[in-house]
Amino acid sequence: MIHFLTLEKMQITIKNEKDSTIHNIDFNGSSVGQLLKQLKINPETVLVVRNNEVITEKENLRDKDAVEILSVISGG
Amino acid sequence: MSCLNCDKKAVIELQHGNLCRTHFLAYFEDKVFKTIKKYNLIIPKDKICIATSGGKDSLTVLYLAKKYCELNNLSLDCLFALAIDEGIENYRSKTLEDLKQFCKEHKIILNIISNKEEFGKTLDEAYPVINEGTKKKPCNVCGVWRRYLLNKYARNYGANKVVTGHNLDDEAQAIMMNIFKANTKLAGRLGPVSGEMEHDLFVQRVKPLYFCTDKEVRLYTLLKGFKIQFAECPYSHSGYRYQIQKMLNDFESKFKGTKQGIIKSFLSLLPHLENSDGQEIKVCVLCHEAANQDICNACKMKEVIQND
Repeated sequence: MIHFLTLEKMQITIKNEKDSTIHNIDFNGSSVGQLLKQLKINPETVLVVRNNEVITEKENLRDKDAVEILSVISGG
Repeated sequence: MSCLNCDKKAVIELQHGNLCRTHFLAYFEDKVFKTIKKYNLIIPKDKICIATSGGKDSLTVLYLAKKYCELNNLSLDCLFALAIDEGIENYRSKTLEDLKQFCKEHKIILNIISNKEEFGKTLDEAYPVINEGTKKKPCNVCGVWRRYLLNKYARNYGANKVVTGHNLDDEAQAIMMNIFKANTKLAGRLGPVSGEMEHDLFVQRVKPLYFCTDKEVRLYTLLKGFKIQFAECPYSHSGYRYQIQKMLNDFESKFKGTKQGIIKSFLSLLPHLENSDGQEIKVCVLCHEAANQDICNACKMKEVIQND
């Protein structure tokens, strides 16, 4: 018997500090690192915060999570 | 994913392992204090001017320089902050507000010097005029004037050292910029201690955050609850540094340790570069500050706007 594993899309709310925008996206992966890849953001340049806690690239996200993306590069 | 030293959740992945909030804060402060001690960046009887802008790096270095003095029983009467208001609309005013609040909370004397008062024009007003005559980019004008004012007013207020918030990313970028442009003389002036030449008009510049990355510094400010607004200089994308920064971050994400490698290689080469400058220090005939030629670069730019 063959089992097909399909990853369901998650919906993630992204708050971006850099341009002060908030938007919802359909996310196909599972980890913070994969989310940054989907958003084409270099992980070296940001911190990701969920519920006031900094989370690392390997952390898994859950459906309906809201994350804030903070730039680590000074603007000057 | 848990911390290398305990079972708490990690807040950062570092090359040597993951760290939780508590262990990261301890690791970060220990790294800064070890840098200060190893390179004698702050010693008894120093009068310290901390170059500040209100951004993440300068608030961190301001807080930790003060903490280092407290932990080592060094007099806090000998520590003050100095900020340069370049006059960049919708940018500097935001970070200066955070800085004023921070200095008030931490009981640190703050002096603010502006381009407008010193040179007669803000950077926004001066840059188009200077660019027309010299083709200099805004970051060139800003950098020359800022270094000039920091050195002049740090010295005038009696400081023998200027502490800056330059971090590992800044330094790796500067090293690569100098290599790409074959500026070996300028490269010799980098390192944890710079401007070391013995001259009455120069104040030595020291960098306690030399081994801390942008990411580590931002995480530290976040975990410590320092109020920092994200404010982007409107000129930042026009500079050469911006391209180098992007390139190094792309490389770092593919090859971990790239920036650390640049710093380590540079520090092993630095003793061979330090004495290669050989440039005679002159005194500017107009402002009587240190200069490479008869008229310093800051005065040359001031002349361009005065003649406009």
